[in-house]
Amino acid sequence: MASGTEIDSTETRWLAMALGRPLAAVFTVVGLVLLASLAWGLLVSGAVTFARLGSLIWDGVMRGLVVGLAGIGLSMTYSILNFANFSHGDYITSGAFAGWATTYAIAGLGRADIGSLLLVGAGGSVFGGALGIGITTTPVAVVAGLVVAGVTTILLALAIDRVVYRPIRAESGITLLITSIGVAFALRYLIQFVFGSDVRGTTAAGSIPQLSLYFVDGTVRIDAHDVTLLVVASALMLGVHVLLQTTKLGKAMRAMSDDEDLARITGIPTERIVRATWIIGGGLTGVAGYVFILWKGTLGFNDGWLLLLLIFAAVILGGIGSIYGAIAGGLVIGIAASVSVIWIPSAFSRAAAFAVMIVILLVRPQGLFSGRSTA
Amino acid sequence: MSANTNTTDDTTPSGLRRLWAQDAVKIAVLLAVIYGAYLGSGLVLGYSVRGQLNSLASLTFYIGVFATLALALNLHWGYTGLFNIGVVGFMAVGIYVMAFVSKPLYGSGGAAQVGGLGLPIPVGILAGMIAAALLGLLVALPALRLRADYLAIVTIAMSEIVRFTFLSSTFQRFQFPYNLAGDTTRVGFGGGSGLILDFPDPLLALIDAAGLSGAYDGLVALVGRIVPNNPDPIVHSLVYGLVLLGVVAGYFWLLKRTGESPFGRVLKAIREDEDVARALGKNTGRFKIISFMLGCALMGLAGILWLMGQGAVTPNFFRPRLTFFVWIALIIGGAGSNTGSVMGGALFAAVLYQGPLYFQNLVTSVFQPGEAPSGFGPAVSPLLSNFDPGPFLLYTLDSIRQLQLVVMGVVLVWLMHNRPEGLLGHRKETAAAIPLVRPRGSAGGGREEGTDPASPSRSDGDEGGDARE
Repeated sequence: MASGTEIDSTETRWLAMALGRPLAAVFTVVGLVLLASLAWGLLVSGAVTFARLGSLIWDGVMRGLVVGLAGIGLSMTYSILNFANFSHGDYITSGAFAGWATTYAIAGLGRADIGSLLLVGAGGSVFGGALGIGITTTPVAVVAGLVVAGVTTILLALAIDRVVYRPIRAESGITLLITSIGVAFALRYLIQFVFGSDVRGTTAAGSIPQLSLYFVDGTVRIDAHDVTLLVVASALMLGVHVLLQTTKLGKAMRAMSDDEDLARITGIPTERIVRATWIIGGGLTGVAGYVFILWKGTLGFNDGWLLLLLIFAAVILGGIGSIYGAIAGGLVIGIAASVSVIWIPSAFSRAAAFAVMIVILLVRPQGLFSGRSTA
Repeated sequence: MSANTNTTDDTTPSGLRRLWAQDAVKIAVLLAVIYGAYLGSGLVLGYSVRGQLNSLASLTFYIGVFATLALALNLHWGYTGLFNIGVVGFMAVGIYVMAFVSKPLYGSGGAAQVGGLGLPIPVGILAGMIAAALLGLLVALPALRLRADYLAIVTIAMSEIVRFTFLSSTFQRFQFPYNLAGDTTRVGFGGGSGLILDFPDPLLALIDAAGLSGAYDGLVALVGRIVPNNPDPIVHSLVYGLVLLGVVAGYFWLLKRTGESPFGRVLKAIREDEDVARALGKNTGRFKIISFMLGCALMGLAGILWLMGQGAVTPNFFRPRLTFFVWIALIIGGAGSNTGSVMGGALFAAVLYQGPLYFQNLVTSVFQPGEAPSGFGPAVSPLLSNFDPGPFLLYTLDSIRQLQLVVMGVVLVWLMHNRPEGLLGHRKETAAAIPLVRPRGSAGGGREEGTDPASPSRSDGDEGGDARE
């Protein structure tokens, strides 16, 4: 194909590519058809309004930021420790519960029994809405919760690594994967044992300041928690970027994800790097869990697990080991899950995100941002 | 279990040891121990006969389903090295397609919201298995080219897509042609509220077809003498459990034959090193796909057998944790060993799955403790304020369903740390058709004999080299 003459028109090249990679061609056609139907709905038939599309995309971006933020941690452990960590979702849940217990305790101090507050209102004993929790109404409680969520998840990740993963560090990725499933089970159902199985509302949904932005043919609503999520996620992503690009730690991490033995020979303290990985990844994961709950306003013991497959999809989509890949993958997955309801019933929105992942695995198994490990 | 083997090795004559080496004996001994423990603890604590029989029936049922599932998974992971964590997806497709085919036509009476195609149950079972195998093909075609952990993520995502599909209101009910004339009937998957399985009872149909209904009625009458009040359900579930054990035997035989066939040897070669298998001229992709589809069909059948007699099926039964239950069973027994898979299934069902519930039943019926606290808070506060552990223990007992999952997780981690090969895992088994052990009595001279053939061959080579020079 490359040896073609100058006269070789672009059309023949497209044809050759379509014949060489039939799958990619098919998916491109499907994508174009979907886009065409969207354009038809927007411009001609009016079945889809720009405002609805805008709202869905905004919703997808929010979801995508959570997935991307949590995905950075998963991507780092995937590339540096070489295994798919199935307990990552339950780290998210753990961080969320720790953070929200703190928020409840601070916001409701003196107004309700401290035990019910620390159990995040298990069994309907206290309601987040009644405590008036929100970023504008109880900023101190929210920020404290955010910090506690991050710190608790870091401690949890380090403790689990010390007890569970370190003794079998040299084993294969599959062994570690199976082990992480065990960790996930233990964590999730311990959380259920302590905090109960009910899904509780956490924020005072009515008192969150909202902004209605004019958008072509309607409005897109943005509330204060959207903005909080956006600010927190962007700041942390930027922070990780700076950390990995400018410090020696980042370089050591990249070296380790390339070749662990070589890194050790070069004098990189691999165990310390592993610890740093858990600290960064765990912290981001815990914070992601907290802001996710702040944004969606409900908390249940299954939330992290339900998010996990989307995070895997994002990480694979972006290319394992790349934090930009995880962020970009998160946004693609989030937007795909949200916007898919234009074409298919909403029951399939998660299925659509998985379908995007499977398509990427087929067409470009190395991911969008392949070839660059950790930053 | 392994400790048991060692003691027999040390103290008993080789006859017993050879007996123990028989797969069937191992399984029988394990089952005897499990049933003995259940019966014994029930007797000691004064369980009623009816309760005993019921618990035995449900124990047998779960041993049967987990052993079949573990065997099917063993074909994927133990034989071929395919990391499938979407087991529930294939089970769900199996039972839903079976229901779709075998449920009576809509409007023929009953409470069901939707009907089926009204075909006989065996046709439905076959259709369910074929559908599961085809789904396996659909997943395998793209995913088998990928790394093991990618296959894992694709399969679990697939199982969730299957669950969402059956949950969605889109496929809750729709029209489908049921005869060649093109007449349509109302069918569907029932959505989130589930699907009523209103076909005739499969076990009774099977017994009728086998001409054993007289014997069955006799058995009911016999049990009726011990449990006068309504013995039918007990006999039904006991017999169904026995049928399931028969199915386990069938799976075992099928997989043993498969594993020992040339086909199975290629599978094991793929598991050990796919590149080598390919270098030997084997089309590994085709072998993997066939093995994957066969395992999926067996999982579909296991799903059918699990739910066929339950009266109804809901999509949320097929959550991913069920897949992990099967994995735990397989890992306990040891991937790569069929005997281990059956034993793992039995141990998992008896100790981890049914054990805690049985324990809970026993304790509540014997000690009759009071009402458990409603949550963790009321359970812990007496412990902290006046060192009263009562409420906490009650709460623990009450939430044993969650705690058993914690225990499973811990067991899984422990196994991966201490015994990743499971009870009987022998994934480095020999692929040769003849035994490769050295004959007895040549321990001293064997070494020399072993090296002898090598040296002449080397000198042969040297001579050849000389000759060429």
